[in-house]
Amino acid sequence: MKTDDMVSFLASGDVTVDRTASARRFALALIVGLLLSTGLMLALLGVRPDLAQAASRPLFWVKVGFAAALAVTGLLSTWRLGRPGRSLGRLPTGIAAPVVIMWGLAVVTLVRAAPDRHAELLLGDTWASCPFLIALLSAPLLATALWAMRALAPTRLRLAGASAGLLAGATAALVYCLHCPEMSAPFIGLWYLLGILIPTTLGALLGPRLLRW
Amino acid sequence: MSWHGANKVSEHELRERLLDGLTGDGRAYRAFLQATSDLLRSYFRRRLTGLPDEVEDLVQECLLAIHNKRQTYDPDLPVTAWLYAIARYKLVDLMRRRERHERRTDSLDDEHAREPSAPEHDEMAERDVNVLLSRLPNRQRSAIVHTKIEGLSVAETARRTGMSESAVKVGVHRGLKALAKLIRGETSRGEK
Repeated sequence: MKTDDMVSFLASGDVTVDRTASARRFALALIVGLLLSTGLMLALLGVRPDLAQAASRPLFWVKVGFAAALAVTGLLSTWRLGRPGRSLGRLPTGIAAPVVIMWGLAVVTLVRAAPDRHAELLLGDTWASCPFLIALLSAPLLATALWAMRALAPTRLRLAGASAGLLAGATAALVYCLHCPEMSAPFIGLWYLLGILIPTTLGALLGPRLLRW
Repeated sequence: MSWHGANKVSEHELRERLLDGLTGDGRAYRAFLQATSDLLRSYFRRRLTGLPDEVEDLVQECLLAIHNKRQTYDPDLPVTAWLYAIARYKLVDLMRRRERHERRTDSLDDEHAREPSAPEHDEMAERDVNVLLSRLPNRQRSAIVHTKIEGLSVAETARRTGMSESAVKVGVHRGLKALAKLIRGETSRGEK
């Protein structure tokens, strides 16, 4: 086949493109993923009974803000990595910022607390299950985020997969906030982060396989 | 019909053509693809000096990829940044495939036999679109044949095939994606 024929072949017929299609696909992926993840949380874990009370404490919102900031930066980086030639710009700093702030808060908390409370602040009651539950809740989100990514054209597959994983993990952490009884900065900076890193790593491993085009 | 010498199209022109093309101007889109294939050809020629036979196949694979992924062009970016990012991705992908293929078959003689082949094949990639099309599912193939080869409109195609208009569009879209996959699979086997 001559290249000129290929050009004619591709240029004939209707070549218009719906520029909002990929944004709509992302929105759909997020909504479906979020619904499934929330459903999973409600079915397996349930909302913490004292949610209304917890929501009046600043630390609850610090936790929510941490997960939300990572979810938003994860969404932006996923979106950008799906577009050939688009650079991440300052996004890596944006992704690191909530983590650094959370660690700063954690250090302050630990320094101020009596040494015999350190273990309690770091481990809480649920350290052993927290990261795995976040990873579990992130599974449907990871699937839908990778599906949305396939409509774009990522050229750095491992990074694109990791970014979709970060988006899934951070969104799942946001859902998990509704259940999780823990209210300490050291706990969040350690176990929430770990929970988010599980799908991120999984995404980096799956990216080169699932995102090729 | 490739305009030698005239193939240095400015970023501005290229962008205009692409944007016009994306809003439905088929002639502008055609000019965009034409200019793009010239850019891609010289890009790959410079990088595939030892593999002149692969150049035209890769140009075509890239054109198909660019077409299938045309919604990922971000108008804030230079078109060339977008094009070359796709070209680089496809080049790396080809290298990886060849490496895997060589490791699997370990056929050094085969590789040597291929090298000195005729440069006049340049403009002509080895595959036949009809053969590839025959391997697509019926609905996708007839959607593509009617709209892309016979040049019928989506509505006409729908009428002739009894599919709905959106089914025709989906058929063309999926068919082109499947075609891209077939072409990739073919290059990866490295057959002649």
